[in-house]
Amino acid sequence: MEHSEKYDSNTPLEYQSEQGRLNILGFWVFLGAEVALFSTLFGTYLVLMHRNAGGPMLTDLFELKGVLIETFLLLASSFTCGLAIHEMRRNNQKGLVVWMIITLLLGLGFLGFEIDEFISYVGEGASLQTSAALSGFFVLVGTHGLHVTMGVGWIICILIQVASRGLTPVTTRKLFISSLYWHFLDFVWIFIFTAVYLTGWVMM
Amino acid sequence: MVFKPFKSLVTIGLMFAVFLLGGCQLTVLDPKGPVAEQQKDLINWSIGFMLFIVVVVFVLFTWIVVKYRDRVGHKGYDPEQEGSKWLEVLWTAIPIVIVIALAVPTVKTIHSLDKPPKATSHKDPLVIHATSVDWKWVFTYPKQNIETVNYINIPEDRPILFKITSADSMSSFWIPQLGGQEYGMAGMETKLYLQADHTGTYLGRNSNFTGKGMANQTFTVKAQTENDFNNWVKDTQSKAPKLTKDQYDHLMLPGNVKKMTFSSTHLKWVDHAKDQEYALKVRKKLGKEESQSH
Amino acid sequence: MSLDKFFVTGDPLIYGADVSIVLTMVAIVFVLTYFKKWKWLWKEWLTTVDHKKIGIMYIIAAIAMLFRGGVDALLMRTQLAVPNAKFLESQHYNEIFTTHGTIMILFMAMPFIIGLMNIAVPLQIGARDVAYPYLNAISFWSFFMGAMLFNISFVIGGSPDAGWTSYMPLASNEMSPGPGENYYLLGLQLSGIGTLLTGVNFLVTIFKMRAPGMKLFQMPMFTWSSLITCVIIIFAFPILTVALALLTFDRLFGSHFFTLDGGGLDMMWANLFWLWGHPEVYIVILPAFGMFSDIISTFAKKTIFGYKAMVYSMIVISVLSFIVWVHHFFTMGNTAAVNDFFSISTMLISIPTGVKIFNWLFTMYRGKIQFTTPMLWALAFIPNFVIGGVTGVMLAMAAADYQYHNTYFLIAHFHYVLIAGTVFGCFAGFHYWYPKMFGHKLNERLGKWCFWLFIIGFNICFLPQFFLGLDGMPRRIFTYGADTGWFSLNMLSTVGAFLMGAGFIVLVYNVYYSFRHSKREETGDAWDGRTLEWATSSAIPPHYNFAKIPVVTGYDAFWKMKQEGVSMKLKPEEVKPIHMPSNSGRPFVMSVFLFIAGFGLVWEWWPMAIVGGAGILLCLALRSFDYDDGYHVSVEEIKETENITV
Ligand code: HEA
Ligand code: HEA
Ligand code: CUA
Ligand SMILES: [Cu+2]
Repeated sequence: MEHSEKYDSNTPLEYQSEQGRLNILGFWVFLGAEVALFSTLFGTYLVLMHRNAGGPMLTDLFELKGVLIETFLLLASSFTCGLAIHEMRRNNQKGLVVWMIITLLLGLGFLGFEIDEFISYVGEGASLQTSAALSGFFVLVGTHGLHVTMGVGWIICILIQVASRGLTPVTTRKLFISSLYWHFLDFVWIFIFTAVYLTGWVMM
Repeated sequence: MVFKPFKSLVTIGLMFAVFLLGGCQLTVLDPKGPVAEQQKDLINWSIGFMLFIVVVVFVLFTWIVVKYRDRVGHKGYDPEQEGSKWLEVLWTAIPIVIVIALAVPTVKTIHSLDKPPKATSHKDPLVIHATSVDWKWVFTYPKQNIETVNYINIPEDRPILFKITSADSMSSFWIPQLGGQEYGMAGMETKLYLQADHTGTYLGRNSNFTGKGMANQTFTVKAQTENDFNNWVKDTQSKAPKLTKDQYDHLMLPGNVKKMTFSSTHLKWVDHAKDQEYALKVRKKLGKEESQSH
Repeated sequence: MSLDKFFVTGDPLIYGADVSIVLTMVAIVFVLTYFKKWKWLWKEWLTTVDHKKIGIMYIIAAIAMLFRGGVDALLMRTQLAVPNAKFLESQHYNEIFTTHGTIMILFMAMPFIIGLMNIAVPLQIGARDVAYPYLNAISFWSFFMGAMLFNISFVIGGSPDAGWTSYMPLASNEMSPGPGENYYLLGLQLSGIGTLLTGVNFLVTIFKMRAPGMKLFQMPMFTWSSLITCVIIIFAFPILTVALALLTFDRLFGSHFFTLDGGGLDMMWANLFWLWGHPEVYIVILPAFGMFSDIISTFAKKTIFGYKAMVYSMIVISVLSFIVWVHHFFTMGNTAAVNDFFSISTMLISIPTGVKIFNWLFTMYRGKIQFTTPMLWALAFIPNFVIGGVTGVMLAMAAADYQYHNTYFLIAHFHYVLIAGTVFGCFAGFHYWYPKMFGHKLNERLGKWCFWLFIIGFNICFLPQFFLGLDGMPRRIFTYGADTGWFSLNMLSTVGAFLMGAGFIVLVYNVYYSFRHSKREETGDAWDGRTLEWATSSAIPPHYNFAKIPVVTGYDAFWKMKQEGVSMKLKPEEVKPIHMPSNSGRPFVMSVFLFIAGFGLVWEWWPMAIVGGAGILLCLALRSFDYDDGYHVSVEEIKETENITV
């Protein structure tokens, strides 16, 4: 809130205001809560994953190819998101916007494959209502997907602001925070990939 | 002025202390079997320590509050005193000792309650399945091929192994004078050893909230001599009616019912410890029949 | 759907509630219109982002909920006073204890504590406001709408009736049909989100916004306790969020997390609930501990005894609070080893708590104790809480808990900790910070009347319940037979409950009486305080809190300043404009959408739920595009407020 503070030019723009630093710390704390949230969902899934009530087993459903592409898309988007922030630090607005848009496209691709995956499971008679194991699966993976969707919407809002205001302490702060969020979702996906899909295949 | 009402509090406290000492009639502290006995011993052991702690705190409290209250001629004020390592070590150490003194017998008792009572461990326990259905208890003597509702007869001085489950809500099987409770859950079996040392009739109940009729989901436990018990078993086997599937299914409907006796069991149709959906399905089916017949 | 399913009918109590709700609403609308206060309400309260006003709104809501929960309690106690009573029937009784427990813990204790945190913490650390004032308003309004959603269930659709623990499968569609349980799920969900955001907000506030010079180990105890509480909130509340969401899916969308069919696992609900629920009880006790520390030290005129031990003990308690949850279901068929572990981990909590008890006692040792009303509540806390605490340790001994579980012994335990701890703490803090909030003290004589009525009533009410428990009386039964022998103790207990009710009435009357008659505070330092909230210039702090941010050099910062003669008074040339955030109506509007979405989900009216959801998203998006930077309080205004003349 103090406006007159002086920073040497090495301090990134988003850290240059009091509010910027507060918000970034607050966001880390919020991610802590998100960790607790996803851990609970993981725990639930792991407890329930064998309770399929005579319905289809998850391991029968998984399709390697789709999931691998999905994973690749999200990992790549995390990388391009990093590049975008790199460009932001270099004060290169154009580079930033381009990389962010690529990130969003990759994210949308991920969502597309995920939705497709869900639809095909439901087509095979495996839905949220089928069994405890599938309830656990859909809610865990679906919650992650919902987060990605929110992230896409949010970053679009921020990009509009960048277009109209340029790189200011406020827009860079928002970009930086949204990038933290994006990397976090990637991180969660790695866990989902390991706990849900990889162990699924190992058990097959 | 401040201390006058304090006296009335002390008086109330004393009244309760008297009540406690004279109050061995309290059900839980009036055990009729070795399991409840062990628990009572543990409870009394802990009450001793707790009274000690309460007395120490109350005495310290009264002394400090009276002595250092702000009044004319106040002495010993020392605003700079801000701690004392030794005192703090002391009041960390003593509770640690107390916790150990409480933990050791607790752990011992937990493990000993997992097995049939020591004194009679050479006897082979009588197995009774206790199944709760909203809001009644179904008891099954698998060996004797007997089923009762809302009451049991048991032989004295012999360990009883209750295999507890539920057809629907999570319930808790509790006979305070014979020992502590254990949950009954659909799709799962929990075990509880109890034993009666004396003949007599004891009250049991579901103590876990399961809805409307839970307050009346009680049953009686009649502890008999071995002979009386055997006679009752024979009598029941020959005189009581057989349990029909239809009758059993109607027991699955929520409600309180009277005591019943049968000379066959439901285990041939369903074991609720393995099938957690049975009651729900029956209810749906019967619900449909009802609505069709109207 | 027919209208008589929508409005609850057939019970005089309900019609009474209907009438009183309508009358209250009409009266509020009338008063606001007659005195032309609508604009004032909107500008000063509904859109405020000032932590002090938000705190006051939290506390008003909490006291209203204490009344609601208290009326529930009195109804239950009336029904239980005599055997075979016909005052309430089973269904009604079940709804009442469910709403009593839920409201008392989530809509009374939590907001009371968060309200006091809002009032005191920013002032204690010498900050202008919290880190995110706008978010703070969202927290409050989502709590408020959650509470309202839960409360209307009484007259619209029927209340939940599966206990505040809402165990599955009892709470499933099959066994608890109707919207009641949905109200529970969504009411808690909305207010839970508010609490989680508060946790984030205050954590950052305390970490980042302390006055210059204030080190972590120089913070007032209440601030410390709030900080630790925030950490617990951040890790515990997401668990509740998930648990509630999963159960909502089970009820609304046919999933099978906890159901009997489809392979669901009822025990997992119990685990998730208590994984949150146990830390929750420490969330409501630790801030009370903090308040007692500050209050005892203020009125014993001594610095706290063993500052570091007081802090570390709270940290230890908060860590342990996450590894004891199984003690709520020792009887769920666990192996002996599991019960061993959780017995011992639970008992360990008594050690740091004991350290605190003795440190409080020795804070008063060699002190000069003044028996003001806040101090009386703090004093009463010590012996009464110890009774609740040691009986908690008795419950922790698993083998014995098989006998106490689900009985009135347990009910007595938790009322002894919740009331003697949390409620006494809230009352103490309320009286203590009252002059900070409203510029005058509460009347001391009435305060003492309230205190003695409440505390005597409390002991008469709950001490007998230990014995009822040992006599085998289970909890959550709506009636008992005459042959049980439980009559006299129950009667006694009921008498005590009504004495507490009388105490509560005196408290409320005191607010009115003091508003009319109490002397106005002039200095802002009503109690000769030790911490920075007493250093603000006016009796009610101005919205910017401190005209000049104090510089802190040690613990008991304000006490030290007074000792050393450091003045907070500004010289005219020192006055600088102060930057403040602007008010916003959006948090309120967004919470209305939350309410709409929640109500739609409760009744499974999807279009309504979707409208609510879209409204929420819109509000979030608008916030993102909001570039309101706040405003500056002018030098003239500050000079006028602070009485600075050239
Ligand atoms: C503010 C809330 C609060 C607090 C602080 C506590 C504190 C404690 N609670 Fe309590 N508890 C509840 C609220 C709370 N509880 C509620 C609401 C329930 C029931 C919910 C429901 O089922 O609906 C419950 C239930 C509950 C159970 C479950 C019983 C059952 O369902 O069968 C247990 C069992 O272990 C327990 C134990 C404890 C212990 C050991 C403490 C300890 O933290 C207490 C520590 C304090 C002391 C011990 C006193 C001071 C110490 C000394 C003077 C030092 C010397 C002492 C010793 C060495 C012993 N509590
Ligand atoms: C902070 C939490 C808190 C607080 C403050 C209280 C306060 C009280 N509680 Fe509560 N209680 C719980 C938390 C709390 N309780 C919980 C969590 C449960 C478990 C619920 C469950 O099983 O799911 C419970 C359960 C519970 C039961 C057990 C019910 C059962 O299992 O069958 C009982 C019974 O005596 C009881 C009594 C009381 C009483 C008499 C008060 C008194 O302190 C209340 C004081 C009274 C007032 C403040 C009244 C004010 C109002 C007036 C004076 C107006 C009078 C007007 C009219 C009558 C119209 N409570
Ligand atoms: Cu234990 Cu189900
Ligand atoms: Cu607990």
